[in-house]
Amino acid sequence: MSKEKIRVRVNGKDFEAEVEPRLLLIDLLREELGFTGPHVGCDTSNCGACTVILDGYSVKSCTMFAVQAHGKEILTIEGLAQDGKLHPIQEAFWDNHALQCGYCTPGMVMSAYYLLSRNPNPTEYQVRRGITGNLCRCTGYHNIVKAIQDAAGRMRSKA
Amino acid sequence: MYPRAFEYIRSQSVAEALGHLSRLGEEAKVLAGGQSLIPMMKLRLAGPSYIVDLGGIPGLSYIREEDGHIALGAFTRHREVEESSLLRSRFPIIPEAIGLVGDVQVRNMGTVGGSLAHGEMGSDWGPVSLALNAQLRAVGPGGERRIAAKEFFLDLYTTALSQNELLAEVLISLPPPNSSGAYLKMVRRAGDFAVASVAMQMTVDDGGKCLDVGIGLGGVGLTPIKAVKAEAALKGEKVTEAVLRNAAAIAAQEADPVPDIRGSAEYRRELVKVLCYRVANIALGRIRGEAVEGGYV
Repeated sequence: MSKEKIRVRVNGKDFEAEVEPRLLLIDLLREELGFTGPHVGCDTSNCGACTVILDGYSVKSCTMFAVQAHGKEILTIEGLAQDGKLHPIQEAFWDNHALQCGYCTPGMVMSAYYLLSRNPNPTEYQVRRGITGNLCRCTGYHNIVKAIQDAAGRMRSKA
Repeated sequence: MYPRAFEYIRSQSVAEALGHLSRLGEEAKVLAGGQSLIPMMKLRLAGPSYIVDLGGIPGLSYIREEDGHIALGAFTRHREVEESSLLRSRFPIIPEAIGLVGDVQVRNMGTVGGSLAHGEMGSDWGPVSLALNAQLRAVGPGGERRIAAKEFFLDLYTTALSQNELLAEVLISLPPPNSSGAYLKMVRRAGDFAVASVAMQMTVDDGGKCLDVGIGLGGVGLTPIKAVKAEAALKGEKVTEAVLRNAAAIAAQEADPVPDIRGSAEYRRELVKVLCYRVANIALGRIRGEAVEGGYV
């Protein structure tokens, strides 16, 4: 099978790679480019631990081929902190104890990032709808929802 | 989990993609948003030798009103449908239903045409396209043809599209005055395919007589089902409690559910009856101008 040349920008940096067409985006990120923030959880498009932002929209990187990301811009959890300072969503997760084992956290945070980019002041119901595609098996949803609303407040007061 | 290896073909135009499909035959599969195909490939339920990606083709993504109908480009993402103010005002049933497809990330990638062409029994597009009597415009090597939604779903994951055809556009006639619709879907977990769902679009006259109605059922057969007998029981009748209850019971008999871990056939028939009755009342409320919520039950 012939390989495909692709070019992607991840967290502001350009990368080129030659990939098998069946390579999944999550594995391009984790195995080839070294971004191990996005996780493989269920591998069946349920859990959302692999969520990244692709040209501004949240996607499950385990349910996408790397070749589909050719020419596109990707943001992973590693790209959120700036100059060693955590993003307000990350701070809010920390302060609200919105993680226990932490496995779902990179995906949760990226889904929160996408939600707040579309809706800076979501209701509790909208937050819950916004993280429908992310599972937390520690069932820490209560604090996750609290953290996202807290983050929304922090981001609004900064804006 | 990894799909079988395949050759990847990026198409720049519909004509080019059609050429590839004709040349490669049954070994080729079309990739749109990939939200059904890729999981199936990872589970090795599908193992095409060639993937023809439509992602690079310009001009397949749009929602517009023209010549008495709404036209949706096949590559339009579910998200764009969910957020469309044009659809919200013309057909509230569509964003209501499509806002329940999978989850946020799936709706950001998944497409109108991909979902319909996949032909999943429990999809949301299936019953909605049947309730709205959508016309599906397919293009092939010999030109194009229009397929009525009720002729489109043939069998389990099998549609009227030939192997060398592409679904290009979904066309829905604009509703007459005093029309509205609604969608209700029963699931155990948010984001699942429907255990049962009912889509209904109705037109009534000033005296409350049903002038036209379309009813689509999801998750209760090998394909989405158009409840034609229930439609006939409503059409031309004054929509009374008894007429509605009767039509809902008929719709339940038109369902042909396959029992699985999420629900027995009997349970699913009962759901159709209840959802059909409720969804009609939501549609009627909307025709009267009331703000009534449909969506998840």
